Amino acid sequence: MKNIKDYNLSKSQISEMYEGMLKIRYFENKVVELYSSGKMPGIAHLYIGEEAVAVGVCTNLTENDFATSTHRGHGHLIAQGADLKKMMAEVLGKETGYCKGKGGSMHIADFSKGILGANGIVGAGIPIATGSGYSAKIRGTDQVTVAFFGDAASNQGTFHESINMAAAWKLPVIYVCENNLYGISVDIRKVTNTKNIADRAPAYNIPGYAVDGNDILNVYEVTKKAVERARNKMGPTLIECKTYRWKGHHLGDPGIIYRSEEERKEWKERCPIKSFRERLIKEKIVSEEELSFIEKDIKKMIEEALNFAIQSPFPDEKEAYEDLFAEEKGVEVQ
Amino acid sequence: MKTKKITYAQAVAEAIDEEMQRDKNVILLGEDVGIKGGNFGQAVGLYKKHGEWRVKDTPISENSFVGLCLGAALTGLRPIVEIMYSDFLTLAMDQIANQAAKIRYMSGGQAKVPLTICTTIGMGRSTAAQHSQSLQALVCHIPGLKVVMPSSASEAKGLLKTAIRDDNPVIFFEHRIEYNKTYEVPEGEYTIPFGVAHILKSGKDITIVGTSNLALKALQAAEELTKEGIDAEVIDPRTLVPLDRDTIMESVKKTGRLLIVDEGYERCGVAGEIAMSVLKDVFYHLNAPIERLTTPNIPIPFSPALEFPLIPDKKKIFLKVKDMVLG
Repeated sequence: MKNIKDYNLSKSQISEMYEGMLKIRYFENKVVELYSSGKMPGIAHLYIGEEAVAVGVCTNLTENDFATSTHRGHGHLIAQGADLKKMMAEVLGKETGYCKGKGGSMHIADFSKGILGANGIVGAGIPIATGSGYSAKIRGTDQVTVAFFGDAASNQGTFHESINMAAAWKLPVIYVCENNLYGISVDIRKVTNTKNIADRAPAYNIPGYAVDGNDILNVYEVTKKAVERARNKMGPTLIECKTYRWKGHHLGDPGIIYRSEEERKEWKERCPIKSFRERLIKEKIVSEEELSFIEKDIKKMIEEALNFAIQSPFPDEKEAYEDLFAEEKGVEVQ
Repeated sequence: MKTKKITYAQAVAEAIDEEMQRDKNVILLGEDVGIKGGNFGQAVGLYKKHGEWRVKDTPISENSFVGLCLGAALTGLRPIVEIMYSDFLTLAMDQIANQAAKIRYMSGGQAKVPLTICTTIGMGRSTAAQHSQSLQALVCHIPGLKVVMPSSASEAKGLLKTAIRDDNPVIFFEHRIEYNKTYEVPEGEYTIPFGVAHILKSGKDITIVGTSNLALKALQAAEELTKEGIDAEVIDPRTLVPLDRDTIMESVKKTGRLLIVDEGYERCGVAGEIAMSVLKDVFYHLNAPIERLTTPNIPIPFSPALEFPLIPDKKKIFLKVKDMVLG
């Protein structure tokens, strides 16, 4: 195993990676509390256990780049630097939320951070990301787009159709499959005949990598290569991050009947945050004291986000009729 | 106004060409829009003029190339995407109905979707049940989409230019029977606004609302009806979303009768929707029940012997109006 120093990351970058994962974990732990205490409308799909993927990938992106998120999207938003207050307010359906209460947990998006929607339809973000890549190519920028999606989405037609176009046209898109092994309750291994999702890459004549998605540095490094390739106009890459969701498919699904206790335990032992923390201390990159400070600080941020969300008003019922169409502009009347 | 004689297909190509010249962010993608110039000649010359990246032949992947255009629309381009037949809209329905239509609303107004989806409708070419449907009702049902049905070449040109400049997803239904027909089209730059119906002929005995080229067939029928002493008013709504309800309502208040003609299926169709949208306001002005002339609720058959009797046409409109007015 490489040492952390070998990755050429600055100390502040490394701290930010730890912070990013922790923000996701603490944010979602709070969401669990809200749900359990009946304060949250609807449901949410939790990312707990998969934090290294979003943060490892997004460490390579700038605010000018783009990403499409999924129904399990909190992690992607936080990794791209979204505002925790506006996120928490959206989860609670408040007026101050990112979508003014019209999206909820499943549709939180921050277009100012390049997040082109979080999606309730499995696999639907993949073509949208591909179009964002097409757009960068036409506009002549070096922007890249990441399509986040799960293992189950890799069996949608959009996966094949989109990667086919991106490969044919050398679009600057990085396809990141978060393989958490289950589409709701269905084991991907029971409905797919290849060992890795990434094994499909050669069929499109593009690079494909299957990596340990719980190792943030591993995810960071392979994405870095893919981003460089995309920025150099050499085309797309398929990255499969092997990971696991600790919780059920959504809040309210215990996620037990279709997964063995042994399997769940084994993956929890491979916690991406805990293992990274241990390495940081062992390799003397960040001290235990500094890490504790970060942890305290983030807990505080989450509390502030929660207070902001709770104190925010619900939207006026008239808000339901807003934002259907953009203002008409530039249309001349005959 | 100075006019020129061009075909409906040429008018569509002109609209796209003018908008591509006006705005470098306008692109055209779809099946056979490149070298072939569109399946019906509605993109002839554009590939050569604007190059392979702005006029892009796609693989046959409707859902994903519509999604691709949505992604491009969200990030600064103004794409026009071509879906060969409205029957194929069903293949792209997730990207149209769940994505393009919803992303602005779901994000609380953050997203802007300047996307035009062009497709075709219409019977009369013996192309059977999967290449002949008029599926405008399917998309009218989904909030967040604008729906345009031009009647003639000049209407197609002016409305398409407006569609391309609109910052919302627009579904633009061209009528395939019209492509090769020649029309008088105004010279020079013009656009036609959405939500403003066009009264093709004013009259006092009955209002006929015709969508797409049925507005023109209704006009022809109305001209013949004058010989029978019936003075019909003919309205082309131009856009179904937004619908110019007021113009239709005022007309029916005046005439006391309403016939709606649409090539879509009758059940849950555009004609029924237009009728219901004005009924409450015109009820006490009616001299006859509102009627509709549409395609029956059966798949479109292949043989001309079976297909032609189903098509709403001038003769059917003529007879229906006569029946409604004279009883």
